Amino acid sequence: MVALDGNAIGGLLLEVFGTDLTAAQTICATCGNAAVVADTVVYLRAPGTVVRCRTCGNVLMVIAQIRGMSCVDLFGMAVFDEGQDR
Amino acid sequence: MATAAVRGRLTWQTATVTAVKQETEAVRTIELDVPDWPGHRAGQHIDVRLTADDGYTAERSYSIATADDEPVAITVERLDDGEVSPYLTEELRAGDQLELRGPIGGWFVWDTSDGGPLLLIAGGSGVVPLRAILRHRQRTGSDVPARLLYSSRTLADVIYRGELDQYRDGGAEVSYALTRSQPPGWTGYSGRVDAALLAKVAWPASQHPLTFVCGPTSFVEAVAGNLVSLGYPAGRVKTERFGGT
Amino acid sequence: MSPPVSRGFRHFRRPEAHEADRVPPGQYIAKGFPVLSAGPTPHTPLPEWTFSIKRAGETLKSWTWDEFQALPVQDVTVDIHCVTRWTKLDTMWRGVPVETLLDQVAHDAPYLMAFSDGGYTTNLPVQDVLGGQAWVAFGYDGQPLEAEHGGPARLLVPHLYFWKSAKWVRGLELLEHNQPGFWENYGYHIYGDPWRQQRYAGD
Repeated sequence: MVALDGNAIGGLLLEVFGTDLTAAQTICATCGNAAVVADTVVYLRAPGTVVRCRTCGNVLMVIAQIRGMSCVDLFGMAVFDEGQDR
Repeated sequence: MATAAVRGRLTWQTATVTAVKQETEAVRTIELDVPDWPGHRAGQHIDVRLTADDGYTAERSYSIATADDEPVAITVERLDDGEVSPYLTEELRAGDQLELRGPIGGWFVWDTSDGGPLLLIAGGSGVVPLRAILRHRQRTGSDVPARLLYSSRTLADVIYRGELDQYRDGGAEVSYALTRSQPPGWTGYSGRVDAALLAKVAWPASQHPLTFVCGPTSFVEAVAGNLVSLGYPAGRVKTERFGGT
Repeated sequence: MSPPVSRGFRHFRRPEAHEADRVPPGQYIAKGFPVLSAGPTPHTPLPEWTFSIKRAGETLKSWTWDEFQALPVQDVTVDIHCVTRWTKLDTMWRGVPVETLLDQVAHDAPYLMAFSDGGYTTNLPVQDVLGGQAWVAFGYDGQPLEAEHGGPARLLVPHLYFWKSAKWVRGLELLEHNQPGFWENYGYHIYGDPWRQQRYAGD
């Protein structure tokens, strides 16, 4: 299983949060690494979506889509900041 | 624990295939008519969703192959073990409908106002969003310096070759690295894009280039690692990893 | 409003008449052996590998790789069913029955949590891993189990959806009460019977 990056979940995040978050800032709650969503490590169809910190490997976010609902867990992020529009 | 359950918003829309164009033996460009398309930026992608008659669905992401002022098109490589790409490259035809979501992407994007010099490094079908960037650059008459290094298995696998060669007339430097075999008399690069080739082709770090690397995950990570070793700050190396289905 | 049907799209093979009773509802026959993972492939060196049975944080019994390899093994051919809808028939595995492992500890726990390298967990009733229903498998298709498919050893519980067959398994934690593991926590079914299509909580 090859990991992708946060570009691959741009559409999913658009659907769940209503906005493009690929350039949003994250800070890992485990190691403090700062990264844009696009640079996170993404495992798709795992059966759900698992997003991990590129530096420490810990889980930043899990998204499970079940019966039209998206269950989103952001426990691994200390910060998830959309920031300003370009 | 920060958890929420959210009903998905209505983001999917139905497009019509207006044309399909064979680029190489395994690669096809699909041109789309998308009602109410809001426009897109070079580097963005769409998500495509296929639905079988029994309700089974499969979704994949594909980079937009065209510039911001053109109709949406995607270029898809057929992966033999793929679930979606064989359908898109062999079955889909003009007149068919295609469900899609997008445009998506706020990071791996380039407008002329972002400046350069630009370094574009493509592995296989990773060339698609970089071609969109070069198309945008040409269509706006931009003189931002640009270099494309495109790694492909063989010359026959190079997508958009005529068009890419033509960008040299617009001041872009375009070079190819063929990894598996080269035609007789080949004057381009041979073998993998490694640290030595990057040292030769990449802008000096002192010029503060803006870099886009796209292709399979292993390719992107090797290239990005080598660029950082050449002094490229990680924040100015943008990456997009492609998967294999 | 249902999505438009994509003309001519079918990928996974639908079961044919002679195999229909082996394929649970909503499943298709896979091409190949898909690899799905919630994280990177771990690579625990065999000299460091152990399999443990724990309870309340205490290790009741543990085997090194060599000790594990000395246990009685079985070769089994089973059908496997992934919640993402693919089914693979007649997969061949070699492994130690879980019952053989649990027999070596005195316990009356009704549930367990399998735990793996990388932090993955999944819960099971103890009854579902006894009686020839579950193995710790280290061989697949006549070869050592490849890392991307869960090697050196994974749990194999073919009568439940395959997310219960934890890859890179390192042990079982015995539990008094059922608790959701990784995917169960996010809405996947606490039990996961493919014959009753128990994909999600509430099914």
